[in-house]
Amino acid sequence: MSAPNSDYDPVQVTPLDADQVAAMVSDALAAFAEAGDLDALKEARLAHTGDRSPLALANREIGALPPQARKEAGQRVGTARRDVGAALAERQAVLEAERDERVLVDEAVDVTLPWDRAPRGARHPLTTIQERVADVFVAMGWEVAEGPEVEAEWLNFDALNIGPDHPARTMQDTFWVEAGGSEDSGLVLRTHTSPVQARTMLSRTPPIYVICPGRTFRTDELDATHTPVFSQVEGLAVDEGLTMAHLKGTLDHFASSMFGDGITTRLRPSYFPFTEPSAEMDLQCFVCRGASVGDPDHPCRTCGSEGWIEWGGCGMVNPRVLIACGIDPERYTGFAFGMGLERTLMFRHGVEDMHDMVEGDVRFAAAFGMEI
Amino acid sequence: MRVPLSWLRDFAALPADVSPREVATRLIRAGLEVETVDEAGADISGPLVAGRVLEFTSEPQKNGKTIRWCSVDVGEAEPRGIVCGAHNFAAGDLVVVSLPGAVLPGGFAITARKTYGHVSDGMICSVRELGIGDDHAGILVLQPGEAEPGDDAIELLRLRDDVLDIAVTPDRGYCLSVRGVAREAATAYGVAFTDPGVRDDVDTTGDDGYPVRVEDTERCPVFAARTVTGFDPSAPSPRWLQRRVQLAGMRPISLAVDITNYVMLELGQPIHGYDRDALRGAIVVRRAVAGEKLTTLDGTVRALDPDDLLITDDSGPIGLAGVMGGGSTELSDATTAVVVEAAHFEPTGIARTARRHKLPSEASKRFERGVDPALPAVAAQRVVDLLVSLGGATQEPGLTVAGSVPEPAVIEIPAGLPARVVGVDCPADEVTSLLTAVGARVSDAGGERIAVAPPTWRPDLTDPYDLVEEVARLHGYDAVPSVLPVAPAGRGITAAQRLRRRVERAVAAAGYVEAPSYPFVGEADFDALGFPADDARRVALRLANPISEEQPLLRTTLLPGLLATLRRNVGRGTTDVAVYEAGLVYRPEPGPLPVPPRLPVDRRPTDDELAALLAAVPSQPRRIAVALAGEREPAGWWGAGRPAGWADAVEAARVVARAAGVTLRAERDEHAPWHPGRCAALYVGETLVGHAGELHPRVVATLGLPARTSAMELELDRVFPGGVTEEPVPAPSVSTFPIATQDVALVVDLAVPAADVEDALRSAAGELLESVRLFDVFTGAQVGEGKKSLAYALRFRAPDRTLTVEETTAARDAAVAAAAERTGAVLRGT
Repeated sequence: MSAPNSDYDPVQVTPLDADQVAAMVSDALAAFAEAGDLDALKEARLAHTGDRSPLALANREIGALPPQARKEAGQRVGTARRDVGAALAERQAVLEAERDERVLVDEAVDVTLPWDRAPRGARHPLTTIQERVADVFVAMGWEVAEGPEVEAEWLNFDALNIGPDHPARTMQDTFWVEAGGSEDSGLVLRTHTSPVQARTMLSRTPPIYVICPGRTFRTDELDATHTPVFSQVEGLAVDEGLTMAHLKGTLDHFASSMFGDGITTRLRPSYFPFTEPSAEMDLQCFVCRGASVGDPDHPCRTCGSEGWIEWGGCGMVNPRVLIACGIDPERYTGFAFGMGLERTLMFRHGVEDMHDMVEGDVRFAAAFGMEI
Repeated sequence: MRVPLSWLRDFAALPADVSPREVATRLIRAGLEVETVDEAGADISGPLVAGRVLEFTSEPQKNGKTIRWCSVDVGEAEPRGIVCGAHNFAAGDLVVVSLPGAVLPGGFAITARKTYGHVSDGMICSVRELGIGDDHAGILVLQPGEAEPGDDAIELLRLRDDVLDIAVTPDRGYCLSVRGVAREAATAYGVAFTDPGVRDDVDTTGDDGYPVRVEDTERCPVFAARTVTGFDPSAPSPRWLQRRVQLAGMRPISLAVDITNYVMLELGQPIHGYDRDALRGAIVVRRAVAGEKLTTLDGTVRALDPDDLLITDDSGPIGLAGVMGGGSTELSDATTAVVVEAAHFEPTGIARTARRHKLPSEASKRFERGVDPALPAVAAQRVVDLLVSLGGATQEPGLTVAGSVPEPAVIEIPAGLPARVVGVDCPADEVTSLLTAVGARVSDAGGERIAVAPPTWRPDLTDPYDLVEEVARLHGYDAVPSVLPVAPAGRGITAAQRLRRRVERAVAAAGYVEAPSYPFVGEADFDALGFPADDARRVALRLANPISEEQPLLRTTLLPGLLATLRRNVGRGTTDVAVYEAGLVYRPEPGPLPVPPRLPVDRRPTDDELAALLAAVPSQPRRIAVALAGEREPAGWWGAGRPAGWADAVEAARVVARAAGVTLRAERDEHAPWHPGRCAALYVGETLVGHAGELHPRVVATLGLPARTSAMELELDRVFPGGVTEEPVPAPSVSTFPIATQDVALVVDLAVPAADVEDALRSAAGELLESVRLFDVFTGAQVGEGKKSLAYALRFRAPDRTLTVEETTAARDAAVAAAAERTGAVLRGT
């Protein structure tokens, strides 16, 4: 910066008159406006605001003015520089925005391209439906009980009031484990998850509220609706004062949790050795809710226009079972229920063929993902 | 049990206008599983008439057949001309003719049509065409005088009836009879029931009939015998009798046999008829002795077991009691004298014999479920009555009834028990009336208790709860209200269950699809996997009755099923496949299996008894396994894919370990079925938990798997040997001071595992070390023959300050020194 001088030359201050300063400003503004890109603007900036620009020179001259002229000239040049600076910033912003926009356009990609590099896994619906069932009951305070698949015959049959000569033994086609010698091994592949109930009652004291999902086995050949290896879920409650009404209430809650609000169940008398009274349990059709019954124009595939779907068996725990498991039937009553999970999946999801459920084709499980 | 409705109505006074479906619905509500209502003959419409073949001419055809061109009188002014292909009739025979306009079963519409050069004005029918039998060898020829030409054959042959098909549960043996079902129907409708099993005109005691000696009165408490003579073996079964037997699901055979079956169906009492002239001496009921043999009615020679109960005479065994008769005394077309057996046998013995000889007969089915022991004399009399009225026989005067059955035990229950168990309002007088409807005698036992004497036909009613069930079902299950019980606060799922969910989710999230497989394997599977002869995994449980003889064993490893699944997927075109299974394997101890004790059921087993039982159940640990082949990451527009391999299999184990919150260590191992150079043994702490890697090329070839198929199998139960624990994770302190990075390249012998080098680096790098990462492995001339270079990025950070270069260098040098000492590593470039 020039040092203030007292020895001024009036000729040199002429550029500071108003017209000249105005011309400098308008030259600068025009140059900025003309600049088509950031490079051109940079040139214009150097030309009009740089150290050698007219306005910079003019600013430098202010100090050389007579004191009485400095104030006015200073104000004039200051205003001019502010105006030019503002115009520059404005133009800079505009051009930067234009550039950014252009870059973003240039960088655009086809976002519809697939990116399936990571293989997708899935859980089998037979597993996830077991978890879902368990969760429904755990939410009510029940616990999940489990047991082995190769099971003692006594737990699979005798303790459940199915003695060695009981006709129900022939109803359940049992896989028997071969013993080394001639006698029976006393072991079977469990034909139902009920031995888990027996194990639970033998190892705990009431109140008992357990749900038992698991794999079960019967000597059926695999076909569209049968499989020798299948899954069941059973529930057992033993407490003081339990009645069939509590069984019905539990089943209704289960049905509505799995199939939608308001879906209920229906009981029909039946026979199981381990329960008495025993019942078959039907689920209200969750698709037509019974509307298809007697309406041939609107048949329901899910329930065959019956309005109800056979779902499982249930009943009050036979006191003989309680006795064999060390529970006083004078004090406690219990109820139990069970259903097949393959069958549940078949009608809940429209699975048409059992083969799909057991063959392990990844396309089947993949359709169900991680939850059900 | 198939019950024709017309038969049911003989005993239950059902309203005339009630439909078979309504009856079915009421019976279902009462607890009978009516599976279908078969509207027999509903698909037949007339005109279907009796006709007399007046004459016919045989006409050989070009196709080799000979047809008969018949003139048939069907009760019209003129006979009709009908073509018939059968030859089992003569002129003058009565036949069944469907006239044009008739429709036969299967929608078979009859028209006058041109065939073999004639217009056939109707059709002469076979039993199969009429839907009343399987015989299609010839047409149905009626008995002479059975009908007049023009009579309606639908009525004559009793074609139209409704049949309830009921699946009888084991507790309702009495419903294996028209009698039993009719009782339920009458109760359901509240109408009168006429009990054909109770007759006051029949003697129930006597010892002057055919001589009978029962040696095993426990297994045969009652044996009734009556004799008829002068029976006409050529007498035909009347149509109504044949039709009812046939509608009930049995085959009409001859009058005498049809009558025994008819009475069994009606009353539920199995009957056996003996040709008296073939009997040798007294009938003796006894157990078999070892070595005895019997040829049963089905022509099979059966080796008898000392547990089998026999009917014998002087010639030896003549019947397997309650199961099947023998051939030597069978009723034949020459039988004129019949000894009728109506006996009561103990259910479980019959069940054992039927099962032992794989002979589930109509008789054994009923005895197993319990027959009314009061029936024998009545049933025998019913058979005799029919043999007399339909077969011209004469009843011999004597009657033998050996033994008797005590009245069923009286059960005392609180009158309020049914209401208390079922949760409904059911006052004492209603309990009494419902139990009375069942056939029980109910009396007041005082103190708000009732004494219930069950009827003889309900051997299943022995316990208080049996009566509760009777009351509940007759009161109606639809009356049971819906009340949600409140369980005490639970603890949620267990730590082990939570772990399993977490592990399986993690494996699925890592790109594996769950594919559960059957647990059945065979020796060939173990051979294919290359298990050595002494491999512990060859010790497997064997099924006595496997689905397939090739796979009689229970799996000891998840791999056979999983690899078969993988191959199936590849075969179906899914060539990039990654599957997993989580499930139990079955690991018996070598040697003979311990046999679980047979425990009582009338009390809780003692703790010792229970422990002995549970100890005999073989170990069944839970495993998880993966198998993968093809490309782990597919090629795409981004570039090349990445083939699946051993490292993916090992990483799958690490996924499991991370989900379980444990650290997994891999060590090189040689273990079938893995590639000996590409197999990792997996350790948690010092416990071997599984193996992973690429499969042995020979295994891959034997099983027809894609090249380089890889697999991992790990035993979850070994990860937490003492049970799953969930220790709280200690939180790390997160330093915000700057990171200091040091890269080192270490040259080691090729055989040195990278994990050992990393362990050494970690052990000596001190507390400042934040992480170690191997970012390059290099082999080549620059590092020398038999060597490899491992490049590690070491990151250091202090919790409370910015590290100086001196500090990090010192830590790095210490780490490298440890690696040098333990693994012979040399810092590259020095």
